[in-house]
Amino acid sequence: MNAAIHIDPKDNLATCLRAIKKGETIEIDGKSFTATSDIPEFHKMATANIKKGEYCYKYGQVVGEALEDLHPGDYVHTHNLASTRGRGDKVQA
Amino acid sequence: MKLMGYRRENGTFGLRNYLLILPTSVCATNTAEKIAAQIPGAVSIPNQHGCCQIGSDLEQVERTLEGFGKNANVGAVLVIGLGCDGIQANELADRLRPTGKPVEDMTIQACGGTLKAIAKGAEIAAKMAAHLSDEVKSEGQLSDLILGMECGGSDPTSGLAANPVIGYASDKLVAAGAGSIISETTEVIGAEKILAKRFKTDAQRDKFLGMVKHCEDRAIQMGEDLRTGQPTPGNKAGGLSTIEEKSLGCMYKAGTAEFSGSLDYAEPMPQDNKGLYFMDTPGQDIESITGMAAAGANIMIFSTGRGTPTGSPIAPVIKITGNAETFVNMHDNIDLNAGTIITKGDKIADIGEKAYQMILDVANGQKTKAEIVGHRDFGIYKITGTF
Repeated sequence: MNAAIHIDPKDNLATCLRAIKKGETIEIDGKSFTATSDIPEFHKMATANIKKGEYCYKYGQVVGEALEDLHPGDYVHTHNLASTRGRGDKVQA
Repeated sequence: MKLMGYRRENGTFGLRNYLLILPTSVCATNTAEKIAAQIPGAVSIPNQHGCCQIGSDLEQVERTLEGFGKNANVGAVLVIGLGCDGIQANELADRLRPTGKPVEDMTIQACGGTLKAIAKGAEIAAKMAAHLSDEVKSEGQLSDLILGMECGGSDPTSGLAANPVIGYASDKLVAAGAGSIISETTEVIGAEKILAKRFKTDAQRDKFLGMVKHCEDRAIQMGEDLRTGQPTPGNKAGGLSTIEEKSLGCMYKAGTAEFSGSLDYAEPMPQDNKGLYFMDTPGQDIESITGMAAAGANIMIFSTGRGTPTGSPIAPVIKITGNAETFVNMHDNIDLNAGTIITKGDKIADIGEKAYQMILDVANGQKTKAEIVGHRDFGIYKITGTF
């Protein structure tokens, strides 16, 4: 079993298939990534530099935009990845 | 493999033979439950609506109740109202009679109170139970199946394993002429452009995209971030970060077949034009499976990552998980483990064959975990508040 997978070649996020420890180096599609923090099982790791405001991809599709600059090995979840859809909170009253 | 079930007079095919005690409104629900409790095997549904509603909102509730009465898994129906409620018992019963199955109606007020209503209802229900016990199964076809597909308590394994397995089984059934329904409009947001390409006509495609836009607009009109409720706390704990990510996993349930069309909530699937349909429901599981059962789904398959107990009062619900740990943790509730796709590298097609076979076994009477434990969840999606 791989430690993490890219579902689509376009993805800049990988899904970890087991818990990854901070500092642990894993291989995805022949490239090495070192986790910058603990990542729980089935959660996501960045596999590219993604600037704040840029799109994040899984399944080859946009799953949201980065809330801060992301780097390979970073844990990506609700704290640094925002949805682009259903954002009534962003609509001016 | 032979498929055995109950052929109804209107041509539909039941995989179960329920006696349904159907309350027209919240005022009759408690009495309906007490009648059902008198007759082993009878089921009632906890209807929380049916009065002081207007227009399309009232019609949606009535359409849902009608769909439950008409579902082929129901062999006989006792409709019970209070008497003064918004949905009238005799009118709902009249909408069910064209099915040809035994249908009776009564009201609590005409009976002269709760105790007399329970006594009269139990007497009618007992006769119906005797009638149902006389019915014999006959052979049906795969095209008699209407599969309702659901996912709930999702985590990232749902999109990687369990939902593709459901999609495999759905494709196989649709190719054999069966019906299949994918629902949960909320959980299409972010994946709608991919699914939209698979509709047969522009009109059906536009209807589908309109449903998704309307759903997203509801969150926007409230001035809220959809993420306050979707994904749910459990989805997020499991690793799903956004609705787009959740949706892109959910859509695998639809397999690869072409869409025949989109159904409104609880709208019946056309018997003469079965196929893969989308239904406009919320992502909330209970309201979603209720809408699909009302559309005529006689069997359901439900993927879960975190684990969920959900069942339907009138249809068997097969539970499948892509999370091997959840299969162990929620063993009371989950029928099939697709987690080996991740842990052992099993092929989606191989587990898909298992799921397909399980659908046939359950269709033939094998009980699902939800049936064994007795889960009978019911909830109607409302369009607006009650007046």
